[in-house]
Amino acid sequence: MTPTSSPAKRQLTVPTVADLAAQGKAPEILFWVGCAGAFDDRYKRVTRAFARILEHVGTNYAVLGLEESCTGDPAKRAGNEFLFQMQAMQNITTMNGYGIKKIVTACPHCFNTIKNEYPALGGDYEVIHHSTYLQQLINEGKVAVQGGESYKGRRITFHDSCYLGRANNIYEAPRDVLAALDADLVEMKRSKANGLCCGAGGAQMWKEPEPGKKDINIERTEEALATLSGQAAALDNLRGVETERTAPSQHSLQGSIIAVSCPFCMTMMSDGVKNKEQESAVQVFDLAELVASAEGINA
Amino acid sequence: MLQPILFALLLLAAFGLFTWQVRKIRANILVGRDRDMSGHFGERLNKTLLVAFGQQKMFKRLTPALLHLVVYVGFLVINIEVIEIIIDGLFGTHRFLSFLGPVYDALMAVNEVLAALVIVAVAAFWWRRNHHPPVQRFTGPELRMWPKLDANIILYIEVALMLALFFMNSADIKLHQLEGKELPGTFPVSQFLANLLPAGSETTLHVLERAGWWIHITGILLFLNYLPSSKHFHIIMAFPNVWYSRLVPQGQFSNVDSITHEVKAMMDPSYEVPAPATNPDGSALAPTPFGAKDVEDLPWTALLNAYSCTECGRCTSVCPANLTGKLLSPRKIIMDTRDRVEEKYNSPLIFHPNVYGPEAKHEPVTDLANATLLRGKVTPEELWACTTCNACVESCPVNINPLESIVEMRRFLVLEESAAPNSLNVMFSNIENNGAPWAFSPSDRLNWADDLYVAEKAPARA
Repeated sequence: MTPTSSPAKRQLTVPTVADLAAQGKAPEILFWVGCAGAFDDRYKRVTRAFARILEHVGTNYAVLGLEESCTGDPAKRAGNEFLFQMQAMQNITTMNGYGIKKIVTACPHCFNTIKNEYPALGGDYEVIHHSTYLQQLINEGKVAVQGGESYKGRRITFHDSCYLGRANNIYEAPRDVLAALDADLVEMKRSKANGLCCGAGGAQMWKEPEPGKKDINIERTEEALATLSGQAAALDNLRGVETERTAPSQHSLQGSIIAVSCPFCMTMMSDGVKNKEQESAVQVFDLAELVASAEGINA
Repeated sequence: MLQPILFALLLLAAFGLFTWQVRKIRANILVGRDRDMSGHFGERLNKTLLVAFGQQKMFKRLTPALLHLVVYVGFLVINIEVIEIIIDGLFGTHRFLSFLGPVYDALMAVNEVLAALVIVAVAAFWWRRNHHPPVQRFTGPELRMWPKLDANIILYIEVALMLALFFMNSADIKLHQLEGKELPGTFPVSQFLANLLPAGSETTLHVLERAGWWIHITGILLFLNYLPSSKHFHIIMAFPNVWYSRLVPQGQFSNVDSITHEVKAMMDPSYEVPAPATNPDGSALAPTPFGAKDVEDLPWTALLNAYSCTECGRCTSVCPANLTGKLLSPRKIIMDTRDRVEEKYNSPLIFHPNVYGPEAKHEPVTDLANATLLRGKVTPEELWACTTCNACVESCPVNINPLESIVEMRRFLVLEESAAPNSLNVMFSNIENNGAPWAFSPSDRLNWADDLYVAEKAPARA
């Protein structure tokens, strides 16, 4: 499989569940885009990358399109249970009406809410996060992560999303996906179950932080940058963190990557990298973007 | 004959007082809202064996885990000797279990080694708390005054108990040497300490041995009755607390059933809301608020949590809000809950400790009659700093869940008081109006798919 100089490309018409229903068809899997995936300019690129992957492997999928509405996650975390349940029941009515059985989403917050909190309200679905889905595609050989950009030897550190990790015990799937890129994966001291939040969960995304001495995303970005440059051991605020240890080394930050799997982490880590004025050296990418670009299907 | 009678009375008084205290604590815990935690026997047993008995989550931090393991195993094993002491005390026997022969030798030897190790571990614990600067997580506004003193008192008592054990054994050895008899048991530490004792008369040694014996058992019984006033109560409560752990994924927050009925009735007018629960005599129950304003609004498991907390601060030390200087400390929320339930309901305490003083509170409460858990102890500023990241829940060695109480109090603020920060109210109205937390038009929801192209390329394997 060699990359062609001028690859043929085709325009996607993303199917909606309503369109399919009008033709008497139903998708095998619903791609739940989520509000950030639909509206946030940065995360729209992730949604587009993931849609390309779904098309590329020929998945029988569809989106709800204009019929999708916020899962209610931020309302629930903020204590507005009433609003959460209104949103949840509206979405459940929509999805049950179409007979949806299986859902994939690129947002850990949507994933957690639909998977864990919708069943009590009458919404029972098989829900998978896109990191698990990508892992399956790679394991099944449907995606070779070859033919596009090479990440061989690039330094990548994965920032765990709380709602994927601690909330749902998914730690290995995103790492397996990154491992397939043949990159130089480095773990932050606070990773997996000990991962540090980006600062946006629990509806913090929509409010200013309480008074303190630092913003959480800065604390986390400092750790990520120090890990990528091999200097994490020197970080004062990591002293006493008894987790995974990495031997000190010296690396240029140029070309290294912070990988995320959550739209809020994406915003917080990107802002952190900008705050540290490292945006020309370090990029923040979602797993789906890395896979689509390594597979060479961006057009 | 006098000694067994005195001993029986002491034992009766100690266990009676302890039972009296535990009953008050039980009543305090049951003040909380009902929550069905029955079933899942196998899973609960498994968790209790791993997390409580096996100390699984302690081993996330190796140094304190090993130190704690010494004290924990010491506590378990030395308790076997306490059984002997009780039998001896009641029936006037001496070293009743010595009929076990070589087993008794081993038991005494293990006891002595553990007791020595306990003293070493406790010294290390003391150093970690009291040297300058102490281990970070043993600081913080909630760990001043009584909680700080309590932690040290526990360490002093533990050392005193171990010393009394050695004192008792060495005096006994010396006494037997003088009498030319052999003392059953092997005493790797006390056999050396015995040489340090004055080579006085048999009577003196006899008094010393009895003194050691009485100090040891009286100390244990006093310590037992100190537990309900102390964070050290975790040595008992850790087990039921882990047994009643939440078994669902940590990301799953509780559902509010009363709201579910309301929303269902709104969406479907034919939906019949089930009749509200009534008192046994058929009268209506007092209405319960949404969320939690005070301790009785929390599920009883949250109050069980509060009595299981040993204030180790692992939760606070991994809390992203606390790490970056915000007011929120998950440990303080748990400690506040316990303080509040004892302030409002039963105080099981013999000593009524001051908590940690008014300095820790940023919004001083003037209206003491209404000093509920929310606002009286826990400020909204603390609650709104939480990212619901579950780091505190993950870190707790005995499966305490501070997050659940935080969310319950947020629910009260939002649903009963409409007291969310303004930016969150904007987010709520965006969801209501646009179906998204941001102010975007719902008709733009599929715009991401505009002008989307994919490179034509055969999949790796069809």
